[in-house]
Amino acid sequence: MKIDWAALGSVLGVSVVFTVGLVALFTLGINGLSRRERAAAQGGSAGLAVTGAYVCFAACAAAVAYGIYLIVGKG
Amino acid sequence: MESFSLILAIVVVTALAFDFTNGFHDTANAMATTISTGALKPKIAVTMSAALNLAGAFLSVEVANTISKGLVDETGIRPEVIFAALVGAILWNLLTWLVGLPSSSSHALMGGLVGATVASAGFDAVHGGVLVTKVLLPAVAAPVVAGLASFLATRLSYGVGGTGDTEATRKGYRAGQIASAGLVSLAHGTNDAQKTMGIITLALIAGGSLAPGSNPPTWVILSAGLAIALGTYIGGWRIIRTMGKGLTDLEPRQGFAAQTGAATAILASSHLGFSLSTTHVVSGSVMGAGLGRKGGVVRWSTATRMAVAWVLTLPAAALVGAGAESVTDLGDWGTAAVAVFLVAASAAIWKISRREVVDHTNVVEETGEPAGVVTTAIAAVTPPPAGQIADGLTVPAAGELASAGLTTAGLTATIPAPAAEPAPAAPPAATV
Repeated sequence: MKIDWAALGSVLGVSVVFTVGLVALFTLGINGLSRRERAAAQGGSAGLAVTGAYVCFAACAAAVAYGIYLIVGKG
Repeated sequence: MESFSLILAIVVVTALAFDFTNGFHDTANAMATTISTGALKPKIAVTMSAALNLAGAFLSVEVANTISKGLVDETGIRPEVIFAALVGAILWNLLTWLVGLPSSSSHALMGGLVGATVASAGFDAVHGGVLVTKVLLPAVAAPVVAGLASFLATRLSYGVGGTGDTEATRKGYRAGQIASAGLVSLAHGTNDAQKTMGIITLALIAGGSLAPGSNPPTWVILSAGLAIALGTYIGGWRIIRTMGKGLTDLEPRQGFAAQTGAATAILASSHLGFSLSTTHVVSGSVMGAGLGRKGGVVRWSTATRMAVAWVLTLPAAALVGAGAESVTDLGDWGTAAVAVFLVAASAAIWKISRREVVDHTNVVEETGEPAGVVTTAIAAVTPPPAGQIADGLTVPAAGELASAGLTTAGLTATIPAPAAEPAPAAPPAATV
């Protein structure tokens, strides 16, 4: 009986890093958007924050696309 | 298709039935958190999940091929063995659905196969080492991996996200959650619908309808995809309630972290060759996300019941599979008896479930603890498990199942009447 600790370890590592990274990016993106909301309420604008937010969301979308690629790529 | 015998037809239908139970059992994996946080309305959520499951079924045939090509010796396996395995898996799926516990459909299927193989070819035919590395270890590892990922992600999200609860926040997490739940559904379609395709293809090869090494025919892909999608659409609301509300209380942000952690862990594990069960991954990530919020609580009593169900899945399905295989061994009428028993037991379980209906209208209702049949049944699935599940299904329920078993006993005259103390595998096992 051989347990593939290396595979298990890499699954753990990849899962943790990817999940935390993605959620962090997404949270930052949402922070950016809510800053715009607050800014708009006060009559200002928050260009930088919004740009940053869209960059974050684009990265998340890329991750989702990669996920779909992995699912399809098994074929 | 002249070589398409009756037994083959029965196996195909049973495999599709298993696929269906697999679908409604696993809707919770993709959609429980999405429904409980209110990101999607229940009906819309299951519709979306069903569509993605169907789409996933068409994406590849790789998983189906690993089952139908080379995993088992095609020359040695008879359709009856596959049939017996499926009976074990279906009954366990239905039973865990009745008590509202998520359990791995793959484990049920493997358990059924192991049991049927042992009954057919003896204990030597099962590799104990493979069981540990492919079943036991992943079952322990999956919740830990996904739980840790979601826990850290939730912590971080609450850390950097502050407490702002604006319109943008709510909408954002809602969208994020839907996206990651969609990924889980798609991955489930490619994996689980294909398991059934693999089984049907294997049966067709074993029965001589297909040449060894064939890819699944189109009608197999289509029917397997439709069966799992239909099951998903009908929705295992009991399990959704346990997963989405019973384990912990989730805010949209936590739901997003949990679903993202689950999607990542599922994809990472299947890509890196260390397959984890979707059910175990999602349960773990929901608990992780629950613990990640300050003041979040996990209801460990529910978690314990789930863990018990996981431990029981393989042996219980194996027992039923073994019993079914020994009866089918008696000849064609034995196979018929098992088929009748399967239908009767499924009908009995469905009838019991009607006593306390859980559907899309009350799946997210605020009940501190699920009431009625579910509570009694769940409460019974606490350690020590032996002989208690059946007892816990409320007394009239046990009576009904016993009568279902008696019908079968009358038909076959070889099945002992249900014992006073049912076996741990619950009603079906007690009667086969």
